Amino acid sequence: MNKYLFYPGCSMEGSARAYYESLKAIQPPLALELEEIEDWNCCGATEYLSINLIPAYSLIARNLALAAQQKNGTDTVMAPCSACYLNLEKADYYMAERPALGEKVNEALAAGGLHYDPGTLQIRHLVDVIINDIGLETVKSKVVRPLTGLRVAPYLGCMVPRPDFAKRWSDHEHPSELDDLMKALGAEVIDFPMKTSCCGGHMTQIGPETAYELIRRLVAAAEEHQADIMVTMCPMCQMNLDAYQGETNRHFGTNYHMPIVFFTQLMAVAFGIDPKQAGFGLELVSAKEALARIGLNVPEEAKPAAPRRKPEGLPMPKPLPKKYASGQAVAEE
Amino acid sequence: MSEKKPKIGVYVCHCGSNIAGMVDVEAVRDWAQAALGQDGVVVSRDYKFMCSSLGQELIEKDIQELGLERVVVAACSPHLHEKTFRTASERAGLNPYLTELVSIREQVSWVHTDKQVATEKSKALVSGAVHRVAYNTELQPLKVPINPNTLVVGGGIAGIQAALEIANAGFHVYLVEREPSIGGHMAQFDKTFPTLDCSACILTPRMVEAGTHPNITLLTWSEVISVSGYVGNFNVTIKKKARYVNEELCTGCGICVEKCPQKVIDDVYEAGLGYRKVIYTPFAQAVPKYPVLDRPNCTFFKNGKCKACEKFCPTNAIDFTQEDQYLNVEVGNIILATGYDLFDARRVTNYGYGRLPNVFTSLEFERMSNAAGPTGGEITLRDGKTKPETVGIIHCVGSRDKNFNNYCSSICCMQSLKFAHLVKERTGATVYEFYIDMRTPMKAYDEFYQRVLEEGTLFVRGKVAEVTNATHGPHEKGKLIIQVEDTLVGKQRRIPVDMVILSVGMEPRHDAKQVGQMFGISCSSDGWYIERHPKLDPVTTMTEGILIAGCASGPKDIPASVAQGAAAAARVLDKILQKEVELEPIRATVDESKCSGCRICNNLCPFNAISFLDDVGVTRINPALCQGCGTCVAACPAGAISGTGFSNEQIFAQIEGLLMGV
Repeated sequence: MNKYLFYPGCSMEGSARAYYESLKAIQPPLALELEEIEDWNCCGATEYLSINLIPAYSLIARNLALAAQQKNGTDTVMAPCSACYLNLEKADYYMAERPALGEKVNEALAAGGLHYDPGTLQIRHLVDVIINDIGLETVKSKVVRPLTGLRVAPYLGCMVPRPDFAKRWSDHEHPSELDDLMKALGAEVIDFPMKTSCCGGHMTQIGPETAYELIRRLVAAAEEHQADIMVTMCPMCQMNLDAYQGETNRHFGTNYHMPIVFFTQLMAVAFGIDPKQAGFGLELVSAKEALARIGLNVPEEAKPAAPRRKPEGLPMPKPLPKKYASGQAVAEE
Repeated sequence: MSEKKPKIGVYVCHCGSNIAGMVDVEAVRDWAQAALGQDGVVVSRDYKFMCSSLGQELIEKDIQELGLERVVVAACSPHLHEKTFRTASERAGLNPYLTELVSIREQVSWVHTDKQVATEKSKALVSGAVHRVAYNTELQPLKVPINPNTLVVGGGIAGIQAALEIANAGFHVYLVEREPSIGGHMAQFDKTFPTLDCSACILTPRMVEAGTHPNITLLTWSEVISVSGYVGNFNVTIKKKARYVNEELCTGCGICVEKCPQKVIDDVYEAGLGYRKVIYTPFAQAVPKYPVLDRPNCTFFKNGKCKACEKFCPTNAIDFTQEDQYLNVEVGNIILATGYDLFDARRVTNYGYGRLPNVFTSLEFERMSNAAGPTGGEITLRDGKTKPETVGIIHCVGSRDKNFNNYCSSICCMQSLKFAHLVKERTGATVYEFYIDMRTPMKAYDEFYQRVLEEGTLFVRGKVAEVTNATHGPHEKGKLIIQVEDTLVGKQRRIPVDMVILSVGMEPRHDAKQVGQMFGISCSSDGWYIERHPKLDPVTTMTEGILIAGCASGPKDIPASVAQGAAAAARVLDKILQKEVELEPIRATVDESKCSGCRICNNLCPFNAISFLDDVGVTRINPALCQGCGTCVAACPAGAISGTGFSNEQIFAQIEGLLMGV
């Protein structure tokens, strides 16, 4: 049983309900035990950080202080939302790096009888936990309905793999984690070139035209690579691409139809869980057609074996050896 | 000291204004005369430039006329002029090791800003040296005979040059190369900048000469596995890997290669862009001509069947039973010309190498543009057919980048310009160069840059952020888009191209550190071998008898590598012709009656000079190997080891002198 202190974040109960429901659905097969941090509060998203660091970090650190108090057989906080994950990680890192900031934040926390020593907790994202603690082998062993034939564009968004203080991700520009996870489910994963590009964030509110262009690029790239569906791990990305895709189409006179769901929803489906229980149907750009491709409604036909082909043209270089994880050479010995 | 003090002369140098600008030289002089008189100072002088002939004569005259028995010179670092002043003393009949140099320039005037404090510090240092020098003893340099044979490790252009220079002078050379043929990286290139002459055409005559020279024993497909001994007398073990081809019978006809049914990707010579057979010679002009059988990929070694090469060989030269051989050779000097590795472009994930098919490395492009390469010299996309219409060349990939290597790889600008010229000449494509700074400093280099400018290559100054196939619209469809900040225009640009060439930098060999340890030399923090002096002694190392040439000590172009090969050879010939080498007598010695045999010092010696004598249970130091670093002296718990020139008496006296004014 893998146990974590769980910080759900606000969106899991609102716009990203599909994420929460599918996460709950895959918990039993993955033996994933989550203990919610009691009385947690909003992480402040990105707004507060650009105005005043002390209240912003105090808001975040309150959650860390509560989690550290609760510490129930684990010192790892898991956050499924990218923005929450990044904020918790940042607070933990900068309170240590800038002792003056850490002191002021703790002064503020003292008003509520709380205190947080940076470094006490490990802060990790759901994808990291699934891949590195539970393991792809376990995930594979739970697959009863492989996603064979479904072309998936893995879209991580910008906040999880950067700046990666704890060096947990394989790379900052082209991390392979989400690709590996989708492959473990049997999906056909496209080499999505924009997997860590920006979705526009809150620009939908203050400069929609900028956001529409960013959304268009992402959706267009997925479509160009003939993806059936995009998967993400970020509620912000999911909302922008899902809720503003129609608006983007109207703005550019285009006709994109690219469903975007949470990776946990596809995991749940692959584990044999009913799509409705996995949060399907909550998305605005319908994923019905994509689901049909994995034979949820249509029985699967036997595919003819691919003919053996002679290598054409010039060979490609081999993949980067593991020792260069994160793009940095690891000192030998 | 109760006994009679030796007569000491103190000489304080102004070094123009280098020292006199921050240190009151006259005050130091007068103080030495007055305060150190009781310690034996009989004369104290200052002079504008002590290292000049007149300055040296001053010392010589005093030794002869005043009968000085010790000399202290307060001037620059001993690295620069210790030898000068010791030789001057010797000319006047004084043992050179009775002269001490005190650094009041590097350690005082150049690093302090308060003249009074600097003057006081100079006085203290002079006092320390005066107290110490009284205990100096007469020493005689050690003389070691030199074995006239030389080992050259690495058969690239630098190693070939070094080997030929020594062999032509009439001395024997063992040239060891890890790959099946000599030639190194230069054999892979198509053209050389800035003259655009064919690389193979200028290299192969040298390769042939090295291969046939009566004074060169060529050992390819071989590696040095151990080195012992010291300057003049190294003992080297070389592993000659099994070729599975009998070199005495093989005529190099190439039928075995032709008949071998198995092809594999050639990661070394073709940079992964082409295929080779399992039994192969890397290229047509390989020296030696004998093929090598790649055992791990051989069908016969894998499942016991095939032997096509053996069946067709007209001279029965294929020998599947061949085993690795170990050769012992004795040499006097060793030149390491081990070269470089290319930076692995897959590490810069935002440039997409390894993910986006039409992103190539510079070495891949060299092979592609080479008429003997996988495309026969055609410049194509990775499908092997399509000619590019637009090509982007990115400079500084992995170099001048805090994420990877900080240093400039020095050849990439010129190499990129050469590529631009070749692409234009052969395909007429539009070429963009993305550079940070253009560095074309050597002979005729900038003229080449001007030429490429005039040919119409487009230059964008800025570090490329990303190479992507994610388009922003139909106009970019099917292209690779280079996202770059054009710092001259002050704008972000997206430039769609068909092909991207990454001008990757140079890195130390992946095993440079282990190889360096084997030969007793060290690497800088970047991993390149360290020269004895970066400017004045670039081809020798801190270990006597071990020299470095070419890219082993850092990125270099072909002319510089050749010059270094020749320079290293000249240094070796100098040693050989002297027949014996004088070693500094600054050595550690073990007082065997005090040695407890604890062996703490045994593993500390960086020069492998310490051995343990099992029969008598004590440690002994080989005086020819010892470099006098003092590590063992400090480590010995019994105080059994003492360093010549650094005895306890000397050190304590120096401390006493330093603290005199406190």
